[in-house]
Amino acid sequence: MVSGGCRPQAQDGGGGGGRPGEAARSDPSQFLHLQPQARAQRGREKKILFYHPNEVEKNEKIRNVGLCEAIVQFTRTFSPTKPAKSLHTQKNRQFFHEPEENFWMVMVVRNPIIEKHKDGKPVYEYQEEELLDKVYSSVLQQCYSMYKLFNGTFLRAMEDGGVKVLKERLEKFFHRYLQTLHLQSCDLLDVFCGISFFPLDKMTYLKIQSFINRMEESLNIVKYTAFLYNDQLIWSGLEQDDMRILYKYLTTSLFPRHMEPELAGRDSPIRAEMPGNLQHYGRFLTGPLNLNDPDTKCRFPKIFVNTDDTYEELHLIVYKAMSAAVCFMIDASIPPTLEFCRKLDSIVGPQLTVLASDICEQYNINKRISGAEKEPQFKFIYFNHMNLAEKSTIHMRKTPSVSLASVHPDLMKILGDINSDFSRVDEDEEIIVKAMSDYWVVGKKSDQRELYVILNQKNVNLIEVNEEVKKLCATQFNNIFFLD
Amino acid sequence: MAAAAGRQPPGPAEGEAPAAGREAGAGGEEGEGRAKGGVEAGGCYLALCARPVHFEKANPVNCVFFDEANKQVFAVRSGGATGVVVKGLEDRNPISFRMEDKGEVKCIKFSLGNKILAVQRTLKSVDFLNFIPDSPQLEYTQECKVLPEKRTLKLLKNQSINVNWYMYCPESSVILLSTTVLGNVLQPFYFKSGTMSKLSKFEIELPAAPKSSKLSLSERDIAMATIYGQLYVLYLRHHSRTSNSTGAEVVLYHLPREGSCKKTHILKLNRTGKFALNVVDNLVVVHHQDTETSVIFDIKLKGEFDGSTTIHQFVLPPRSIQPYQIPVAGPPSVTSQAPVPCKLYSSSWIVFQPDIIISASEGYLWSLQVKLEPVVNLLVDKGKLMDFLLQRKECKMVILSVCSQMLSEPERGSLSVIATVFDKLNNEYKKYLEAEQSYTMVVETGLSRSNPLLKRPVRTQAVIDQSDMYTHVLSVFTEKKEAPHKFTIAVLMEYIRSLNQFQIAVQHYLYELVIKTLVQHNLFYMLHQFLQYHVLSDSKPLACLLLSLESIYPPAHQLSLDMLKRLSTANDEIVEVLLSKHQVLAALRFIRGIGGHDSISARKFLDAAKQAEDEMLFYTIFRFFEQRNQRLRGNPSFTPGEHCEEHVTFFKQVFGEQALMKPTTF
Repeated sequence: MVSGGCRPQAQDGGGGGGRPGEAARSDPSQFLHLQPQARAQRGREKKILFYHPNEVEKNEKIRNVGLCEAIVQFTRTFSPTKPAKSLHTQKNRQFFHEPEENFWMVMVVRNPIIEKHKDGKPVYEYQEEELLDKVYSSVLQQCYSMYKLFNGTFLRAMEDGGVKVLKERLEKFFHRYLQTLHLQSCDLLDVFCGISFFPLDKMTYLKIQSFINRMEESLNIVKYTAFLYNDQLIWSGLEQDDMRILYKYLTTSLFPRHMEPELAGRDSPIRAEMPGNLQHYGRFLTGPLNLNDPDTKCRFPKIFVNTDDTYEELHLIVYKAMSAAVCFMIDASIPPTLEFCRKLDSIVGPQLTVLASDICEQYNINKRISGAEKEPQFKFIYFNHMNLAEKSTIHMRKTPSVSLASVHPDLMKILGDINSDFSRVDEDEEIIVKAMSDYWVVGKKSDQRELYVILNQKNVNLIEVNEEVKKLCATQFNNIFFLD
Repeated sequence: MAAAAGRQPPGPAEGEAPAAGREAGAGGEEGEGRAKGGVEAGGCYLALCARPVHFEKANPVNCVFFDEANKQVFAVRSGGATGVVVKGLEDRNPISFRMEDKGEVKCIKFSLGNKILAVQRTLKSVDFLNFIPDSPQLEYTQECKVLPEKRTLKLLKNQSINVNWYMYCPESSVILLSTTVLGNVLQPFYFKSGTMSKLSKFEIELPAAPKSSKLSLSERDIAMATIYGQLYVLYLRHHSRTSNSTGAEVVLYHLPREGSCKKTHILKLNRTGKFALNVVDNLVVVHHQDTETSVIFDIKLKGEFDGSTTIHQFVLPPRSIQPYQIPVAGPPSVTSQAPVPCKLYSSSWIVFQPDIIISASEGYLWSLQVKLEPVVNLLVDKGKLMDFLLQRKECKMVILSVCSQMLSEPERGSLSVIATVFDKLNNEYKKYLEAEQSYTMVVETGLSRSNPLLKRPVRTQAVIDQSDMYTHVLSVFTEKKEAPHKFTIAVLMEYIRSLNQFQIAVQHYLYELVIKTLVQHNLFYMLHQFLQYHVLSDSKPLACLLLSLESIYPPAHQLSLDMLKRLSTANDEIVEVLLSKHQVLAALRFIRGIGGHDSISARKFLDAAKQAEDEMLFYTIFRFFEQRNQRLRGNPSFTPGEHCEEHVTFFKQVFGEQALMKPTTF
């Protein structure tokens, strides 16, 4: 059983944090999990594989787990294939997810609280309709995907060493991972869990292709390669679903961690001591820190891909030069040596440095030609289910790992509601919502694509809003088949 | 009319191969029995032509002459009294005739077109004989321009120069005169349509300061040849003991029509001894008699540039000319005899420009040929190999086989080598396309009349286009499936990258090859990404191919529709695709969006709506067309021409007669 705690949109003034009456707990939310086949022979406690926060008293853990189990079992009676996904209570929302047969993950998220004053006394009011089911159930699914990326399936852990190993792996992974979840800022983008692609002209793209192919040839143990620029994907040799979660890891965890030293000006990447005057900006984001130190460790994170199929275990080598990052994935049975790392550095470093500046130059030229330098007049989110392409002019990067919406949370919630409506039907739809204070929210679904637009114009009517959105589609999406 | 014959004092007449012929170094005094020093058997890249001209070998009664202009061999028996036989490489029918023996013939040749025969018997005069049909064959003697109808010659121009020796190059109509005491100042003249123009003279740098004032530049060490369309004077500079050069070298002087002659290239021979020069297929061939090998130089290949001249090393290791078997003549009954191997690099060989080798003692005239297949294995550097091959006349099939070879085991090339080769091919391909394009533009704009020099660009064998690559290399390579698919795809993408780099529009069959390969290996996500970045350019055939993939890869549907949309000429196709998926409303909205809804067939949409088995959809579509009818004709009902009776009946059945739209009257 995995359990985690999360606190969304704390409106009670932030810092204080505690749930009324539970001041001792800094993190007021929980995760619950079931592993039903263990029920008969072992006690409920045995079924808990992971519970966060761990300080919760044993009986309460058991009680909470029991409740979840009961709800899932109960709802299964009505819908054997689709048991309950979430439970709404006054204080919490609970989300259930069965990623592998008989393994359940549960996440409890507390409803936001408003502090009101009645007769001079503070009164807390739970906002029961604020949280969006789809957002947090997506977050829960991503928790699993991320765990699986670095640890393989639960079942594999059980096969490797039984419950003990699984528990260890869960503890090790989630202990750190849960701290990185920024549940307050989760929104529609978490539902999509999309990939932002770097816009690029054909010729530069082909050059990158050529580079990747040549690198895979020279470093022949490389099985897959992914190429990113400016934290946006350009090429993935991995399958889409694996890339989706790897992309999330890279952009929300690995890259931000390495951003700060770069910004601080430390870790000056030019290494003039390279033999053969191959000056370049390449460096490892995973693996060895100093190639000149013979004792340096060449340990790379292991990742698991194609778990439904070939179940491959790989070393993840992330190498970066300026804004261009390459992920080389090599079979886990071949441990990368220092010699290999040096070879990689000497081959990839100089070429990637040149390529990175080529991309930068070409990108600026293209931007000038298309006139895209102007600030986008529209606030929109675009997502294509087919290639997971995602684009948002609503979100801004506030800290390296969190991107925040630049619009009012109420508008974000409307977007989420429209998205829920879309997911209920297969057909193309269009929804236009008049929101508060001159805001209009438009949602369009065409085939596998979704577009959400937020407009803020005084005294406009439905027809004018429709015209505006048409204009947006004509300028931003004229190269795709998007029904108007 | 070529009137140069006999104008200048003839060269020193030599007994067996006189006058017009000169040996460029391969002197006859060396013995024939020299061992072949270190000649490897394989890889002979030079060969004598298979069908040589055979003539009666030189002997005391039979004199043999060669005319460089017409490339004809003259066998003159007993001063012509017992017969003259003229044979050329091209013309297979020998000309034979008799003429009066008026003394020893020093030189004999035909005018262009074999119309007039010129015979030199004395130092100062030339005899002429008309070979024009129906014209009396009487000899006449004169010294200048020939007027056959008057049987006289005319003086063109008179130049007074002290001349040591002369050399005439028929290809370029340039005559070179050796002047000054040392003989190293050369004065060229250029003949064109009966006029003679003096070009600026130039000096050949002699290897060392001559000790005495005697003739130091021999005509044996000078040759003239056209290389890559430019006339060069080739000077064989022998190794001098005083200078510390490592061996002899050939110095090339570029002789332009206008401007001065400049020393441009030095070909390093790295050896000493007796040499002879040929120029074949724009390559300078240097034969070395001592080692019985030859080397070749290509002045277009990269050399060491010292600011004014480029120094070249030989392209390939020295090799002997391919062994040659002399066919045994005689009746068929005796031909079972083994053919006799021909003595190569014999001292009786005489070499003429550009590519002629004559064996006077055996009675053969060959043209020298360069064989490209052996070169493939001798030049390891594929980039250099391509540079070399692309300049050769008969290069196409060899280049294509090199491409095939580098894609398959055991000699599979690395991707960067493959990329280099593709780039070199496409560079040549692009040059041709550009020339062709600017030619077409000039012709279309009607500017061609004002520019009579404009010629349609010639497509040489070095132009290897996409269809060549597809047919001979890429489709074969992908079908063999020997290589790992990663490599196959990398090669295809590399070729596409190279084409793009040279801004050559990629043909859709190459994209189809990529798609086919990706699909075969279930690499749909890769395909998706290529399409996403428009690496596989939009076209209707490609969109249709994608549509056909929908059943195995559903996103292909979206990709295909996007492509059709971008083409903007495929609106009908979009409607068909949507209708086939029963997305009738979407189809209608699309056609309305582009303003084509007034001309579409109502029946087609109603058919699709009915097949969708969605009554509300049918109602909506039906109503739309009723409204259209109302708008266009003032009446909502369908005309018989629209063939919608069946749908009207169905509509009434389902929704009742009263649901039909009432005509509105104004």
